[in-house]
Formats: sequence, structure tokens, C-alpha cells
Amino acid sequence: MYEHDVIVVGAGGAGLRAAVAAHEAGADVAMVTKLHPVRSHTGAAEGGINAALQEGDDWELHAYDTMKGSDYLGDAPAVETLAQDAPEETINLEHWGMPFSREEDGTVSQRPFGGLSYPRTTYAGAETGHHLLHTMYEQVVKRGIQVYDEWYVMDLATTDEDDPNDRECHGVVAYDVQSGQIEGFKANDGVVLATGGPGQAFDHTTNAVSCTGDGQAMAYRAGVPLEDMEFIQFHPTSLPSTGVLISEGVRGEGGILYNNEGERFMFEHGYANNSGELASRDVVARAELTEVNEGRGVDDEYVHLDMRHLGEERIMDRLENILHLAEDFEGVDGLVEPMPVKPGQHYAMGGIEVNENGQTCIDGLYAAGECACVSVHGGNRLGGNALPELIVFGRRAGYHAAGGDLGEAEIRTGYGDDVEDETDTEFPVAPGAAGLGTSGGVAADGGVTADAEGVLERHVETARERVDGLLDKDDGVQHSEIRAKLQQAMTDYVNVFRTEDGVKKALKIIRECREEYQDVYVDDPSRTFNTDLQQTIETRNLIDVAETIALGALVRDEFRGAHWRKEHQERKDDEWLKHTLVSWDGGEPSIFYRPVILEGQNKTYEPKERSY
Amino acid sequence: MSTQQAEPETQDAPDDPAMKGAESPAAEKQKGGDMVDERDESQAEFDGETVHIKVFRYDPEVEAKQEPRFDDFHVPFEKGMTVLDSVMYARDEFDSSLTFRHSCRQAVCGSDAFFVNGKQRLGCKTQISDLEQPIRIEPLPHQEVVKDLVVDMDHFYDQMHAVEPYFKSEDTPDASELEEQRQSRENREKVKMSTRCIWCASCMSSCNIAAGDNEYLGPAAINKAYKFAMDDREEEDIKEHRLRILEQEHGVWRCQTQFSCTEVCPKDIPLTEHIQELKREAVKKNLKFW
Repeated sequence: MYEHDVIVVGAGGAGLRAAVAAHEAGADVAMVTKLHPVRSHTGAAEGGINAALQEGDDWELHAYDTMKGSDYLGDAPAVETLAQDAPEETINLEHWGMPFSREEDGTVSQRPFGGLSYPRTTYAGAETGHHLLHTMYEQVVKRGIQVYDEWYVMDLATTDEDDPNDRECHGVVAYDVQSGQIEGFKANDGVVLATGGPGQAFDHTTNAVSCTGDGQAMAYRAGVPLEDMEFIQFHPTSLPSTGVLISEGVRGEGGILYNNEGERFMFEHGYANNSGELASRDVVARAELTEVNEGRGVDDEYVHLDMRHLGEERIMDRLENILHLAEDFEGVDGLVEPMPVKPGQHYAMGGIEVNENGQTCIDGLYAAGECACVSVHGGNRLGGNALPELIVFGRRAGYHAAGGDLGEAEIRTGYGDDVEDETDTEFPVAPGAAGLGTSGGVAADGGVTADAEGVLERHVETARERVDGLLDKDDGVQHSEIRAKLQQAMTDYVNVFRTEDGVKKALKIIRECREEYQDVYVDDPSRTFNTDLQQTIETRNLIDVAETIALGALVRDEFRGAHWRKEHQERKDDEWLKHTLVSWDGGEPSIFYRPVILEGQNKTYEPKERSY
Repeated sequence: MSTQQAEPETQDAPDDPAMKGAESPAAEKQKGGDMVDERDESQAEFDGETVHIKVFRYDPEVEAKQEPRFDDFHVPFEKGMTVLDSVMYARDEFDSSLTFRHSCRQAVCGSDAFFVNGKQRLGCKTQISDLEQPIRIEPLPHQEVVKDLVVDMDHFYDQMHAVEPYFKSEDTPDASELEEQRQSRENREKVKMSTRCIWCASCMSSCNIAAGDNEYLGPAAINKAYKFAMDDREEEDIKEHRLRILEQEHGVWRCQTQFSCTEVCPKDIPLTEHIQELKREAVKKNLKFW
């Protein structure tokens, strides 16, 4: 058994920032990550960090833009915290040596991004995330923070009182990928989940293979509700063949979208008469697919993104990375021809329900970054708002977990007297657990084991049995088959355009995946670097998370932000100014709602029509 | 759909039980599964053209794989297919125990550097169509093999950490005053290429000196140090400290300018030039004290 004050799970931007903050608050902190920190998917972020740094800009403008972009589903305390803390956190990164792009006077550069009223996206070329990740890792090395790299966390050591609000988290169970050894990691003060998004639930995604929603699934099964999971961002410009991301920075610098008739459709077909290509991401993604569906797509699949008119010098200065990506992954020279692009799954606005201090409803369990839902992004995340979320809320979660004081949170978490139960939706199949066994259900002991070490040991034992079961089984279904089926169902039916029938079909297929998973086995018998085993466990996580996405997509019968429903073409503020929460409830999920908080420090954000 | 297009075969160990096990999932897939059908239809235009890859296999724990060997896979070709795509296909369709690191698929996480047809390359950005077949895919040379294409990276990370790769300035201004340090565009441009490193270890693996001197810092670590040594935001005394680390016995002077690191770097970082420049800086610093 290993023991530390604070255990951070995941070592991307949010995890690294949380670890540094916990360390600075005096805690003995360790990071446990299934990759090595520099492999984390934060490194693929291209665009930049929104922060109101300049005179003429203001955190209140940033907060307003973010709330509007969220389609009024962000919680004001979270949104305002992001906007207020982002400048200091961004400057912090600069002091830690991050190589931002620079203006003539030596100050950091900022550029326009979609949905922003001021050019406040602070960037380092078109590889901002790479620089943020490496700079943060340098700070972790500098502080001598212990990193358990290539240790895969497979369970949270939580107690199992009936009411999740009464539960406590005492650590995590992880296995060493290289040796197969399974160990408990005791956390005396807190566990911070910073495990990233669930992009691999979809077939066409900009996300890394490692983005399998592990933290979300583990927190969910431990009793923490997942919030607003139906809100999935589809990035308008991913390369068709691989899903590799082409940064919004291309449009920010003046790149233009054309259909197969050479029309600048964002204007010519009236999708966004003011902002055109720089409308919010959900608006642009739907516009592109509408063009394709109406026969104006190139090869019936994608549209063109043209940046040639920007000139080689400007492209080389600010977007050089894009040239390499288009060349290496699509065989297109962005200097001489337009680049093919189509929407790809990119980001999960929803996630583990937390308050603005990163706390979940389980004592000692925190979450930050894409795996969490504070909620800052509500129905739609603005480009350039993910990276500041990592550092702002990563810091807060790490600091609070280490015992730092951030004041009382305004956002409430967990089931309580302020929520409303879902009552009237018919589900095509019952969601939730399909038996326990090797499928990773949480074994209950009715609160018999009281002390922290006992709880941890019990979870370690369950994890060992689970792994033994998977390795000892000689035949059955392989995870890759189940995963492919799940991904295809999500891309077919829970994509940019959603229908009631489609989402119900998805839920049925997810159910099938669950049943098939009952018979899953790991063919590779080795304990050494068994990626087959790891991916098999990840696939179970994907099933759980995908189901919450589809459940949310079914119950929310309105059109808000990234969530579009064919039968419900308007935003229903009377009914739906509330968050969707899905709770595992020991294997029989339930859904409830919590009202969105629109009252800010100085004003109330009145929902307005969202036009760009 | 064709069934003969993708038969795994094993060289040197035809009766290997691990490979027999690997055949069954592939066979199952070919019987059913709509997605597989669709994929195969889209490949019809390539007339069932397959790619022949020979992949290094080793697992210290599995009897049949304790003796290193190469396995042959014939993977259906798709336009734009990369080396990473080919091993992922082989793993998902033929042999789920085939092991390699990979994550982002877009040349930024640096996980999937392999030795492909005798050269260090990133699997995800190496097009199959640019390579002669059969394509030999091996783990990075000069590093201990953990399993199949996975090598032990600990030594590489140790060397990266040895150059104290972090901003050292203790008296950085208070961030709450919202003042960034100034840096000229020229200076940012000067360090730009060095900051692109993704820690893939291709350079280290290609370097003859590193192969013979385990303590040599190696091109990646020296390049990391270059970023800090050249960044105007750090003070002079810290730079001198950095140069002292670099000019030690196993530092910059070990480099014999063979350019192999520069040649294999997937991010086109001029590694050898950076090392040479640091040698000149070290000489200049020492002259100052005379």
C-alpha cells in the first residue's frame, strides 16, 4: 500500500495544476496516471487560453460571453470564478516559462475566437496545450512531486453508506501497467480526479485513444451523479479520415468555410449573419452537416476550410502546426489548397458533478478539468475556455483537497431537497448494471468496514478478483468488438443531430453491449504490460458513460447549445433551465434535475436568444 | 467479402499457441458484424490489397514469446493508412496481445516511436504507402524491451530530468499583479523549435554515442536545456549553472555531430545545431573567466 495526503488521478493540465497547488498548500501529493504525464491529451489542445488580460477587456465580459455560449446552462458562480481567476493563472504560466506567442512590445499575444466579444485567447502558436502540458510538468518535476506513471486506476476506495452524500473516499486502487501488480493508494486528505473526457465513446473523435471516461465512470459507480452528459461538443473542423483536430485558430485568423459550390455558407445560407465562421462551435458544426445533408458537401462528407489568403508568412507564424497536421494526416498542403473538414466529437461539457471548489458529494473526492462539470460550459463550451478551466479549477481542487480554504461553495452537489425527480420519460430498456462478477460492479459490505485502510483493502481485493477473473477466462467476447459497436451506435444516433427514435436505439445497443460485456475475456494471459486488460476495463467505463450521455439526450426534450433534438426545435427556458443528473444508485440509475444558477455577483444573466 | 485477405501467420513458431488464439477473434469478426462488412466494402476498391507487416514480439512472461520473434500480419490497406493504424488493426482483429504504446494519433503525445524498416519513426505519422514491404516494425533500439514494441523509458526520463528542465527564477513577480515578463519575438523564435519536443526518444535511440555511454545526456535532454539556456527570461547566473551541467563529462562535448538525431526527429528540431550552439556558449562562458 502506498500512502499520501493527496492523490491526483490523471496528469494532464488539470491534474498537474492540482498537484502543484496541493504541494504548495503543504500536502504530500502524488500523481497516479495511466500514461506518462507528457503523453496526456491536454497536449493536443491547439487554440489557446481565454483570459481578460488587456485594458479594454474585463472578466465580466468573459463571463458574459461564456454564459451566452453555454446557452444559459452554466452556473454563474462557476462561470464568474473562471473569468476572474483565468488572468492570474495565465500569467502564472508565463512566469513558469510557458513560451507564449508574443507581440512587438514583448507582451503575450491574444487572438479572436468564436463566441468572444474581445480577442482574449492567449496562445502559443497552434500548440498551446502542448506548451501548457510541458510547462506544468516542469513545475511538477521542479517540486519533486511523486508521479506513478503507467499506473492505471481502476477503482475508488469509497465507503458504501446508502446515501452517497454520506460516503467518504479514502484512496484509489491502481495496477502497475508494466508489472500487473495491483495496489492500494491511501489518500489521507483527498483524491482529485483529473482523468479527461470520454471521447472514445464515439467513433469519429478528436480525442486520444486514452480518453475513455475512466474518472467519470468510477465516480458514477461510487455514487457521484454525472451532470449534463448529453452536452457533447462536436468540433466543426476535424480532418475526415482520422478526426485530427484543425484548430479554431484557423478561423480566428480569418480562415473561411466553403461548400462544394464555393459558397461561403455561414453567411450565404444565413447560419450566422454576423459572426460567420466565428459563430459558436455548435452553430458551425450543425451548419456544416446541414450543407452536407442538403447535397452541398464535398464528396458528400465534408466542407472546405480555406486559409490560403492569409499568406504564407502569417500562416507560418501563427498556424504552422496546422500545415503539418493537414499534410501528415490528410495529405493536403494548406498553403496551396483548402483543407477538408467535418464535425468530430471533441469535448464533453458534462461530467462529474462538482462545486466551484472541485468537491463532489462524496467527502474527500474531487474532480477537475474535462472529467468534471462545475458547470462552466453548460450547453456548449466556447473555444479557448477548456485550458483556463484546467488551471483555474485544477488549482482550486488541489488546494482544497490539501486543506486550503476557498470559502463556502455556492453550488450544491448530490441528491438533495433542491432537486426535482425525472418522472415522465419512457425508457426502451432499463439502464444500469447487468450483473456484477467481472463486470466491475461495486461490492457492498453494508458499511461493515469502517476504517480507511479496511475500505481500501476491500477495494483492492475486489480489483484483484476482477482482474483474475478477466485473465483466467479462456474464451468469450473481446472488448474491441464491444467497443466498436458502442462507438458506432453513439456516432450513428447520439451525434450532432438527435431524434427520439435514434437515441432509444442507442440505448438498446448500449444495453446489448452491457450484456455482451458479461462474457468479456482477456486473451493476453500476461501480467506484463497487458494493454488488452487495460482496454477491457476501459471499455466497461465507456459503456457506463455512453449510457449517461444517451439517457440525458433522451430526457432533455429541447434544443439547447450542442444538444439538438429533431422533435423539439426550441430552447424551453420555462422547463429546462436545469441540469440533468444521472445517478448510478447501486446499478439502477435514476435521473433528477437541479436548477441552473443564473444569479452572479453583480447581475443576473437573463437568458436571451443566442445569435451570432 | 474476402476471407483470404487477412491471415495472420507466424514466422519461426508456426505452432505457437498464442497465435492460434489470435486467429479465433478474427475469424469470428469475419462471420458477423455489420461494421466489419462496411469496412470491407469500402476497401473493395483496393481489390483486397493488403499490407504485409512483420512485427517484433517478446514477452518475458509468456513461454511462447520468451524467445524474441517476428510475427507476420496482412492488414487490409486503406488510403492514408499509417504504421500505427496497421498495428492497431492487427491487434484489434488478429491478436489482442500485440502490445505498443499509443494515445493521441496525431504526433503530439510522443508515445509511438518505433524502429520501422531500420529507422526511428513515429508510427502515427508514417504513411504505409511511403514504405517498402514487408514492413519491419521493431521497438526502439538501445532501450530495454518490456514487451513487443514497448521499451523501458525510465533512462530517457532520467536524462530529461537531469538537466533541471524547469524555470528556476526564484523571484518571479507576483502573478496577481498581472504582469507578464517581456520576451521579444526574436527570442521566442529562437527557442521555438526546441519547445516542440514530444519526448518520443527517437533521437536518443538513434544516437551512437548514447548507445555507448549510458550517462550521456543525449539529444533530447540537451535540447530541453537549450530552451532554458536561450530563453531571455532567465537570469545570467542561472544560465551559467545550466552551462555547467551541459559541459560536464557526459554533456554536450560527447556529441560527434553525426546528425542522426536530427535526421530522425519527427518534429524537425535541429538537435545537432542546438548542441553545437551550446558548445559555443560553453566556450564563451569559460573565456569570460580568463
